Amino acid sequence: MATQEVQLNETLTHLKTESETLKTKLEEERAKLHDVELHQVAEKVEGLGQFVMKTRRTLKGHGNKVLCMDWCKDKRRIVSSSQDGKVIVWDAFTTNKEHAVTMPCTWVMACAYAPSGCAVACGGLDNKCSVYPLSLDKNENLAAKKKSVAMHTNYLSACSFTNSDMQILTSSGDGTCALWDVESGQLLQSFHGHAADVLCLDLAPSETGNTFVSGGCDKKANVWDMRSGQCIQSFETHESDINSVRYYPSGDAFASGSDDATCRLYDLRADREVAIYSKESIIFGVSSVDFSLSGRLLFGGYNDYTINVWDVLKGTRVSILFGHENRVSTLRVSPDGTAFSTGSWDHTLRIWA
Amino acid sequence: MTINTLAKEGWNREQMACFRKMEKVIVAMQDPDMGMKMRNQRLLITVIPHAMTGVCVCVCACMSALHIGNMLVKYGYIYPLKEPRSLVLRPDESPYRFQTPYFWTSTRWPASELDYAIYLAKKNIRKQGELMEYEKERYSVLHKRINHTWDFVVMQAREQLRASKQRRKADRIVLECQEQAYWLINRAPVCSLQLCSSLYYISKLCYTIETCKRALGRNRVKSSICLEGFVKYSEQYLNHDPIMQGCLPSNPWISDDTAHWTMNTETVTIPTRLRVERWSFSFMKLLNDSLGRQEFMTYLEKEFSGENLCFWQACEDVRHGESSKIIEKVEEIYKTFLAPGAARWVNIDSKTMDKTLEGIRRPHRFVMDDAQMHIYFLMKKDSYPRYLKSDLYKNMLAKAIVPQETKKSVFPFMRRQRHASPSPAQVVTHGVEEDGHAKGGGQAGTNSGGGSHV
Repeated sequence: MATQEVQLNETLTHLKTESETLKTKLEEERAKLHDVELHQVAEKVEGLGQFVMKTRRTLKGHGNKVLCMDWCKDKRRIVSSSQDGKVIVWDAFTTNKEHAVTMPCTWVMACAYAPSGCAVACGGLDNKCSVYPLSLDKNENLAAKKKSVAMHTNYLSACSFTNSDMQILTSSGDGTCALWDVESGQLLQSFHGHAADVLCLDLAPSETGNTFVSGGCDKKANVWDMRSGQCIQSFETHESDINSVRYYPSGDAFASGSDDATCRLYDLRADREVAIYSKESIIFGVSSVDFSLSGRLLFGGYNDYTINVWDVLKGTRVSILFGHENRVSTLRVSPDGTAFSTGSWDHTLRIWA
Repeated sequence: MTINTLAKEGWNREQMACFRKMEKVIVAMQDPDMGMKMRNQRLLITVIPHAMTGVCVCVCACMSALHIGNMLVKYGYIYPLKEPRSLVLRPDESPYRFQTPYFWTSTRWPASELDYAIYLAKKNIRKQGELMEYEKERYSVLHKRINHTWDFVVMQAREQLRASKQRRKADRIVLECQEQAYWLINRAPVCSLQLCSSLYYISKLCYTIETCKRALGRNRVKSSICLEGFVKYSEQYLNHDPIMQGCLPSNPWISDDTAHWTMNTETVTIPTRLRVERWSFSFMKLLNDSLGRQEFMTYLEKEFSGENLCFWQACEDVRHGESSKIIEKVEEIYKTFLAPGAARWVNIDSKTMDKTLEGIRRPHRFVMDDAQMHIYFLMKKDSYPRYLKSDLYKNMLAKAIVPQETKKSVFPFMRRQRHASPSPAQVVTHGVEEDGHAKGGGQAGTNSGGGSHV
C-alpha cells in the first residue's frame, strides 16, 4: 500500500515537470514564427480622423442594473435583461417596448435573440437557460410558454443561438460550456477544460461553422470544436478574468476584454496574442467588447462608465465616449454595423452612432 | 462524511448510507430525459451498447466532478471498458458503462468464496495465463480451502462459459466486464482511498499534457502573413462599414429615416451596389445573403449544377434543424441526391461517398458533414469564380442602386416621425419560412425622402 502511494507521488512529480516543459516548448514554438508586430504592419495604413459618435437613443424602462443585451437580425430590435429579473424586447429605433417577461430569478446575466426573431433565450442565477417564444398577442402571458432548455450546476453566464433557432450554446459558472437541442432540451455536447467559471462565449463566423471561443475566470480563452467537444486552441496571457470574447469579422482572430483593464487580439492561424489595447490611464476592467463591421474599430465598455474606441490595426485609442452614469456591462454592434448598443448598471441602454 | 478503506467483508451502516447516495446519482444519470447521453461505443471491433465516455460522466457529476466520478468508479458503479484494472475516471473519450444493479454494493450480494472461485476458474479455463499474480495466489489458496467442492466449482465454471458463448459478442463482453469490475472491487488488489486525490491531480495533469502536445502539433502561420490579412480585410470592408464611412442614403439612427433599411431588406428586387459588391468578397458572404444565394442558384441551374447548392442547403438544414427530424431529412437527402440513379445526384468522390453511406445507416446530426464540405469547396473553387465573371453577376452589379446621400435637414430641431416596423415575431402566425428567417424585417411604414433609383 505504502509503495503504491510513493509510486503515485513520483508519477505526480514526473507529470508536473513534463507539463511545465511542454508549456515552455509551446511558447518557444509560437515565438519562432512571430516576425513582425501588428502596428508595424499597420504603419502604411491611413490614420483615422476625428471620430464623433453620440447617443442617439436612450432606452429607459429597466428597474435595475442592465446586465446583457442582444440585437435582432432585423437590425433595430433588441432584447435586454437586468438584475431584477426583467427581460425586455425593444424596438430600439422607436424606443418602444414590445415584450416584457419577468424571470423567476434575479441576475439574468445572459440573453439572446433567436435568428428568426421569433424567440428569446435568457438565464442567470436559476442555472438554466429558458426560451420564450415571442407572441404579438398583448394579452398572452409570455411566461406561460417558457421552455427550459439548458441546465447547469451553477449560474448561466452567457448564451447564444447557433445558426438556427434549434440549438443553443451556453456557458456557466460551473466551468463548462454546453450545446443544447432546443426542441428536446437534450445535451448535445459539453465542453470541459476551463478551471474556473466560464464568463463569455462567441460563435465563429467561419465557413465550416464549427467552432466557438470562450473566456473564463481562469484567465484562459479556449477555442472549441463544437462537434467533438475538444479544445483545439488555448490562450493564457491575460492577468485576470476574461469578461468578454468576440470574433474578428473574418473569423481569423478574436478579441477579449478582461478585468486587467486590457483588451487583447489573438490570431488563430498564428496561434498567439498579436495586440494589446491598453493605456496607463485606464485602470478599470473591460466588461464587454465588439468590432465594427470592417474590424477596423474595437469598442470596449469599461467599469469606469466609459466606452473606449480602439484602432485595431494601429493599437491606439481613437475616442472615448461618455454618457453612462454607472459601469457599462454589455456592448454589441448592430448586425448591419450602423450603430452599437450599450447596457449599463445605471438601468439604461444607449444606442450610439 | 469520510469513507474509510474497504473492509474485507460486509460494509458498516455509515458506508451504506454513502452507497445509497451514490446509487441515487447513478439512477439520475441514467434517466432517459435528464440523464447522460449514452451511445454505442466501439471497443476494438465490437460495438458496446449504452456506454458513455468519461467526459460525459464528469458533466453529470459536475462540482468536483472528477473526484465524485472517481468515487463511482472506485466503488464499482461505473466501470471502464478499456483497462478494467485501472479504476480511475478519465475525463476523455474512454468508454465506460454503468454497473448492473445486480452487482451494486448495497444489494449486498454475498461475495462468497464459492462465487469468487467460480469466477477465477472461468478466467483460467477461458484463457491460460489470464490470471494476475494476486489472482493466481488466491486461486491456489481457495483450491486448498474448498477442495471438497472443487468439482462443483469447475463444473459451474464450464457451464457458465458455455452459456455465455451463446450470447452475442457485445453482450458477452459487457457481462465479462461487469463481472470483472465487481470482483475488482470486492477482492481488490489495492485498497487505499487516499489515492483518490492523487489520481485526481494526475488525471488533471494528463489532460494538460494532452492539450499541450496537440498544440505543439499544430501548423502555425507566420505573423507577417496573418497580420497582412487584417490590413487587407479592413481595407476591403472600409466602404461597407457605416460607422467608419457612413451609409447611404443616411444612417437611420442619426437621421431617423429608415430608407437605408428599406433598401437592404432580404427580399428587395434591386439590391444596393455595396451589397452586390460584398458577394464578390467571399463565397460565404454570397451564400449568407438570401438574394445572393438566389442569384447563384439561377446561375448554377444554367450550368446544370443546381443540385450542388440544393444539396448543400439540405445538409445545412440537417445540421441546424430539429433533432427529431434528422432521420427523415437524411433519408430524403439520400433518396434525392445520393442514391444510385437519384433525380439530383451529386458528384462526390468515392471515398467520401462510401463513408457517408456507411454513416447514413445510423443517422446523426453530423453525418452529412464530409459530403457537404466536399460540395461546398467544389462550388467555391469552380462555380463561384465563374459566377463572378458571368454576365448574370455583372448585370446585377450594373443595375444595382447607389442611393443619393440625404442632406441633413434644414431645420435641425424638427425631428422626423419614427415609424414602427412589423415585428419578425408576426411571421409565426403566417407560417415561418423554410430556414426560419424573418421575412422582411425592418420595413418602415412609409418611405419618406431619400434614395433615388438610378
